[in-house]
Amino acid sequence: MKKQQQQSATTRFRSFKTRIARGSTKELLIEKALFVSGISSILIVFFIVAFLVKESLPALALGRVFLLGMRWSPGHNQFGILPTIISTFVVGLGALAIAAAVGIPTAVYLAEFAPPWLRNVIKPCVDLLVGIPSVILGFFGLMVFVPFIRDHFGGCGESILAGWLILSIMTLPHVISISEDAIRGVPTAYREASLALGATDLVTIRLLILPNARSGILASLILGMGNAIGETMAVLMVIGNPHIPWIPHSVLEPVRVLTSTIVLEYSYMVWGSMHQHALFAIGVVLFVIVAVLNIATTAVLRERTTTVIKGAVRG
Amino acid sequence: MGLIETEDLSVLYGDVPAIKRVNIEIEANKITAVIGPSGCGKTTFLRALNRMNELNGARTDGKVLIDGENIYNGNTDVNMLRRRVGMVFQQPNPFPMSIFDNVAYGPRIHGIRNNKLKRIVEESLRKAALWEEVHDRLDSSALMLSGGQQQRLCIARALAVNPEIILFDEPCSALDPISTARIEALLRELKKDYTIVIVTHNMQQAARVSDYTAFFLMGELIEFDETTRIFERPKDKRTEDYITGRFG
Repeated sequence: MKKQQQQSATTRFRSFKTRIARGSTKELLIEKALFVSGISSILIVFFIVAFLVKESLPALALGRVFLLGMRWSPGHNQFGILPTIISTFVVGLGALAIAAAVGIPTAVYLAEFAPPWLRNVIKPCVDLLVGIPSVILGFFGLMVFVPFIRDHFGGCGESILAGWLILSIMTLPHVISISEDAIRGVPTAYREASLALGATDLVTIRLLILPNARSGILASLILGMGNAIGETMAVLMVIGNPHIPWIPHSVLEPVRVLTSTIVLEYSYMVWGSMHQHALFAIGVVLFVIVAVLNIATTAVLRERTTTVIKGAVRG
Repeated sequence: MGLIETEDLSVLYGDVPAIKRVNIEIEANKITAVIGPSGCGKTTFLRALNRMNELNGARTDGKVLIDGENIYNGNTDVNMLRRRVGMVFQQPNPFPMSIFDNVAYGPRIHGIRNNKLKRIVEESLRKAALWEEVHDRLDSSALMLSGGQQQRLCIARALAVNPEIILFDEPCSALDPISTARIEALLRELKKDYTIVIVTHNMQQAARVSDYTAFFLMGELIEFDETTRIFERPKDKRTEDYITGRFG
């Protein structure tokens, strides 16, 4: 009896062992497969960047003439993109300012004041805004904003202002949701301590909650900026895209941005020409700008975590 | 002044009462301890005294009279009330700012600046027995202080708005014995100028520091008397069972 028990115990033990052994081959395979999918994103980024850089090298080699050149006229072999870069930032920053002016108060309201039922209405609407295809927004802008601007402010309607409005609508949901998370992330203990000192809700928000949420809010703005600069379709449809770009003097002037230049000209560029290389180089510039903004977002968020851990936040 | 009376004070979370029809009269310039097992409503009672329960959406019935005036009567300025009735929390919760800015936070929101502000910060830190330890590094972050120092900083922060009453919600439960002893000594010092109500989980602490003790059970005030009587000759059987450690 006792021996039998012992034996069965051994058999069980053995079968257990073999299962592990069999499992480990399978696990090894799965692990390798996961590794391959894991590095695939690195490879994709690497090949895209490598391709972009390779194709754009002749244009990038022009250096100042390309980056700081004032005149873009492929027919005359002139490839200066400074006006386009400036227009891109003007359009992006303006849209961001509008999105911040509307989005941050919205986030404060949602996080601090909104009754639950209203929040349950506003939040899904904000999320839905993300899901609207940009071509629809662009079409809306072209049909509504552009005629409105033309009729009430003058100019041709297709303008920086129209770009700001459309892009701010696209940036808004990101600004709202990330800022709201940051505001909610401020510990309740701070809020209670402040109220217990006789501070009003508004004072608490101004002196305690917003300063503590500022890195999250800043991150949402930088991310929104990246989105605005990388956005193509909606902007293309409302900003006019003059044939020869210039540095704008008024928000009612049409401009050209980096993305719209690529879209408008790739169809008639000649393969192997400097025109083609220049368009790729615009892609590189765009990629670098957006990458820098994304890295800045991550850095801002990480700085918050480390400072909280080190306890070195100054008020 | 700082006399607190409650009349049939009840606080409800939804339909569940956390405290039921509490009638108590808390004397000015004394330390009153509130004891009882977990969930007996002692923290809810404390937070009813400066209307902090409203933040969690609780409903309050009955009256709380501070110096004869009902703070739930509808025209009380809740911010002024909380200035008069300060609070120190269970977990030390200094703001992520410098030591100076922490103490200055309250006076600043009430419009005090410059030299007067500096004087108030120093006075408050002295009263909280923290000045000697931090006077040469007021600009460094409050989060660099030890737990016990942080709690004394929170006391200084509460003192800085010049309250009449200070509510302590288990102020030592997150602290080591030495820090606890310092806070208790401080409480005895503070009662000269302030009315103190302290919720504590620790019966020895109640016995050590308080003049009066209130025993809560299941949301009801079972017994309220001088601390020596509560601990030596409790009238109610349940009080006796609790303080002798038969439950809780």
